[in-house]
Amino acid sequence: MNLNATLFAQLVVFLILAWFTMKFVWPPIMKALDERAKKIADGLSAADKAKSELALTEKKVVDELKKARESATELRAGAEKQGVALVEEARQEAARIIAQARQAAEAEAGVAAQRAKEALREQVAVLAVAGAERILRKEINAQVHADLLANLKQELK
Amino acid sequence: MATEHAPTASEYIVHHLTFLTNQKQVGLVDWSVLHLDTLFFSIGLGLLAVFIMARLAARATSGVPGRFQAAVEIVIEMVADQAKGIVHSPKSREFVAPLALTVFVWIFLMNAMDLVPVDLLPRAGEAAGIPYMRVVATADLNATLGMSLAVLLLCLYYSVKIKGFGGWMHELFTAPFGAHPLLWPINFAMQMIEYVAKTVSHGMRLFGNMYAGELIFMLIALMSAAWVGTLGSGLLWIGGVIAGTIWAIFHILIITLQAFIFMMLTLVYVGQAHESH
Repeated sequence: MNLNATLFAQLVVFLILAWFTMKFVWPPIMKALDERAKKIADGLSAADKAKSELALTEKKVVDELKKARESATELRAGAEKQGVALVEEARQEAARIIAQARQAAEAEAGVAAQRAKEALREQVAVLAVAGAERILRKEINAQVHADLLANLKQELK
Repeated sequence: MATEHAPTASEYIVHHLTFLTNQKQVGLVDWSVLHLDTLFFSIGLGLLAVFIMARLAARATSGVPGRFQAAVEIVIEMVADQAKGIVHSPKSREFVAPLALTVFVWIFLMNAMDLVPVDLLPRAGEAAGIPYMRVVATADLNATLGMSLAVLLLCLYYSVKIKGFGGWMHELFTAPFGAHPLLWPINFAMQMIEYVAKTVSHGMRLFGNMYAGELIFMLIALMSAAWVGTLGSGLLWIGGVIAGTIWAIFHILIITLQAFIFMMLTLVYVGQAHESH
């Protein structure tokens, strides 16, 4: 175990190597490590942010969907109501038209019946005259007996 | 090695434990001597470590790192975490944390030379005309004490820097027992013992572990070298292979652990220099 100048050489070499490490090794690597740590931290916070944004967006989407559904329901209800109203209106219109038509038909039928009665009455008079002619075998002057015939007609009414 | 000049076991060990020096060492302490092999391997591995790391640092990306960058980042983050937990001054950490990284990587590499087959590099050296070579720089007490002395100097520097010279002196004489004038010499003696004990144990611990590990590798190598063609020596050879495997695997743990311990103690001692008693 001899002690000699190697000791001091080693001492100096040690301090020089340590200085060299301090100057050229330690700072760049520590810088890289710190930068990477920062990058990772940034990435994580960005991911967190994106996650919360996604949650927010999802909520918004749900809200929008709900809103759309509500408005669709509203629209449908309105449309149904309108449809019902339209049908009702149409039905009323139809009923009115039918009633009108019936009235017109009844009126027309009344007139026709009247006319038929008129015609019938004319004919009855003619028939009565013809029958009387046959009975009397003798022609009755229509002009002469016009009053008589008119009376008869009146009576047949 | 069944040649006529085969070294005996003790010759082999002694040869492996002899440093390559610029001149012969006289006595236990001889400041004119340099261990050239220790210097070569420690400086070489130190430069290798810092230049590879510096090259990586120059190209370090904050994006997706490559495998090597990720591996270095793991080590650096480990060191940075430890430094943050032990040295509470961010200003001091600017130097102390890189220093701890240097210590860890450098000592790890020097220790790892233990895993190179013990005879490989010395044999190659002999072939190239280098008579002695010890490849594990941390198995040289000069290397480990040199580093622990550097740590001591840092402790003194930071003590003065943080507490001021007066504050440090005050602490030297009043801690740990109290400010009574009668206690001053005792306090001072205790402080001195603490500094010496810290520094010596710091260097000795690493040296002892690596020296012992290297020695065991040599003994295992001797076991395998006993092969002369007989059954008994064949069994020894097999035993050497098994023991070498086990010891090398175990040593992976030792070299890492010792590098880690040296780094942690460096941080702890520097951290203590920041705290006032």
